[in-house]
Amino acid sequence: MLRFLVHRIFGLLVTMFFVSIMVFIIMELPPGDYADRYAFRKFSGTGVNVTQGDIDNIRHGFGLDRPAHIRYAQWMTGILTRFDFGESFAYETSVNHVIGQRLWMTLAILYTTLILTYVLSIPIAIYAAVNRHSSVDYSLTVVSYLGLALPNFLLALVMLYVSVTVFDTSVGGLFSPEYEKAPWSLVKLGDMLQHLIIPAVVLAWSATALQLQTVRATMLDELNKLSVTAARARGIPEWKVLMKYPARLAVNPVVSTIGFDVNRIFSELPIVALVLGLPELGELLIQSYLDLDMYVAGAILMMLTFFIVIMNFVSDVALAALDPRIKLSGV
Amino acid sequence: MTAEQTIDGIFEPESEDRSKIDKKLKYYTASQWQLVWWRFRKHRVAMIGALVLITMAIMGIFANFIAPCKITTRDRSYIMGAPQMPKFWDHKGFSFRPFIHGIKTKRDPVTLRKLAVVDPETRRYIRFFVTGDKYKMWGLIPSSIHLYGLEKGILHLFGTDELGRDLFTRTLFATGTSLSIGVLGVLTAFVLALIIGGIAGYAGGMMDYLIQRITEIVRVVPVIPLYMGLAAAFPKEWSNTQVYFAMTMIFGLIGWPTLARRIRGHLLGQRGEDFVLAAELSGASAGRIITRHLLPSFTSYIIVDLIISFPYMILSETALSFIGLGLRPPSVSWGILLQDAQNIRAIEQAPWFFIPAIFVVVAVLAFTILGDGLRDAADPYSVTQG
Repeated sequence: MLRFLVHRIFGLLVTMFFVSIMVFIIMELPPGDYADRYAFRKFSGTGVNVTQGDIDNIRHGFGLDRPAHIRYAQWMTGILTRFDFGESFAYETSVNHVIGQRLWMTLAILYTTLILTYVLSIPIAIYAAVNRHSSVDYSLTVVSYLGLALPNFLLALVMLYVSVTVFDTSVGGLFSPEYEKAPWSLVKLGDMLQHLIIPAVVLAWSATALQLQTVRATMLDELNKLSVTAARARGIPEWKVLMKYPARLAVNPVVSTIGFDVNRIFSELPIVALVLGLPELGELLIQSYLDLDMYVAGAILMMLTFFIVIMNFVSDVALAALDPRIKLSGV
Repeated sequence: MTAEQTIDGIFEPESEDRSKIDKKLKYYTASQWQLVWWRFRKHRVAMIGALVLITMAIMGIFANFIAPCKITTRDRSYIMGAPQMPKFWDHKGFSFRPFIHGIKTKRDPVTLRKLAVVDPETRRYIRFFVTGDKYKMWGLIPSSIHLYGLEKGILHLFGTDELGRDLFTRTLFATGTSLSIGVLGVLTAFVLALIIGGIAGYAGGMMDYLIQRITEIVRVVPVIPLYMGLAAAFPKEWSNTQVYFAMTMIFGLIGWPTLARRIRGHLLGQRGEDFVLAAELSGASAGRIITRHLLPSFTSYIIVDLIISFPYMILSETALSFIGLGLRPPSVSWGILLQDAQNIRAIEQAPWFFIPAIFVVVAVLAFTILGDGLRDAADPYSVTQG
């Protein structure tokens, strides 16, 4: 088990290293650099005539005239030693300051969505597999098709519309106005959870649709196994048979795809957050891309990918713990 | 044929056997594609999916002809107007030729804003194959014939937007753009996947390991944020055509890992087969073995994979253009049209702004169903005699 863990952690670090290079390339892609944009922002409209020399000075001041690999090394050293992601151009402050609380909001949305997905998909799919050709089973197929076909920003708009017109609640943002600046308390937490429901439902929509299919298919395979028949023959109560043999195995593919689900949720998050006006990283990511605020964008992309990699790791370890076949084979 | 019929006529009981044998013979000698087609034809839902997609493609290809005007034509008398339904009768009676009621412009007594009001006294008849705005079909053939038109003004089947532009026209052109981006994106991804997956699967060993690691790294980054990052890098001064092709390149660049994995898997599975060894012994080059011996053995699977990757391309394009990082106006695509429907106000005031969304949902559903049907049809183990 220890060897397994060491191997996986090493793999995680290697992946993160390559991801960081990729993110750095994306940060460098847009034409012009921080110095151009800084000069433009600072002096445009002030009547000051900016020369190429001024821009070069700014560039030197920020250390942007050094070759790319040195800048990459500096950027990475900042992140690794001081947890410093550089400067945000649009907000004229450090990236850490801009990201601030949004990171926790993002994680709150992520985990609410994940929990909702699994709480909904696993029991319903098991029920549908056991009661094949029932109405639950058929509606499950329809829902699964729609899960892919309905773009989630559209779903977000529909939910927004319904909640405003029917329930007369505002769903924009994560807090009601009166709690926006209030210190943390149980009431504020409750208020946040209330606001989390709609984004979580929207984001869980397609993940749930896919997991329903996976769990149902695995259940159907496992239900026909001899172990189930043998257990029934021994007179074990039906629900116990289900829990002990097929259901336990049907959870495995779900556990092994946690990383994929996180990936999907983060992939959909920015647009959903934009429509619902959530103060989290995805929305900031779009804004910083539009402003070409590449240090913020790079930091967010790194963080999102980091969580995916971590969740992949968690899923690998959990799967090894759950599935004796993997535990025994070591790596 | 006639000789056989006379024989069949004489030996009545045998004729049934004979037709059965013929049928069997036809089945066993059919080519792989015929078998796939026979199985696919039975899949009703998948056939509907295919028909829907063909209709959409035709709408996109012949958009110039079907549309009553240009995408930029503004109808100032009918701004943010609701969809107009052609009618066959009204209080004056029945008419064989469909018509709509005319529009009168009034001023709101309180706000003094211009309002378009339906005037039930006037009728505007719909005519077919009318002469209208000039256009060039596919940029080549000049013409001015449109499928339908009114005697006066423009018929807005899907209503108009905030500038009074016909939403039906815009949806037609958007369908063409969005579908073609999907096609080009899938093709780019396919070529890349074929090269990379082909090398990994055929060479194996170190090369395979390296390519697998790279694929994993590309796959671990969330897709849409990655697309957005690349799209953000497009210079602002690029023309719409440049952005269009850059978008297809991006979808191709990021779409290849999944496909490459599948191709690699197929290749690894087939590499040890005897016919590959035979080809190798005959002195065939690696490239020839991959393209002539290995690929044809799973072409049907690859086609299914391509069809299935379409929805992701279309949804990505829609998402990117929706937030303003993809195509830019005056280009039209489904995502750009949906930009107008981004807020609650739009949904309440002009629900017809959502019509392009129906197109997105229907297209994605159709591709998914078609892909499922093709997968079943291409699977040689699901043997059903045609």
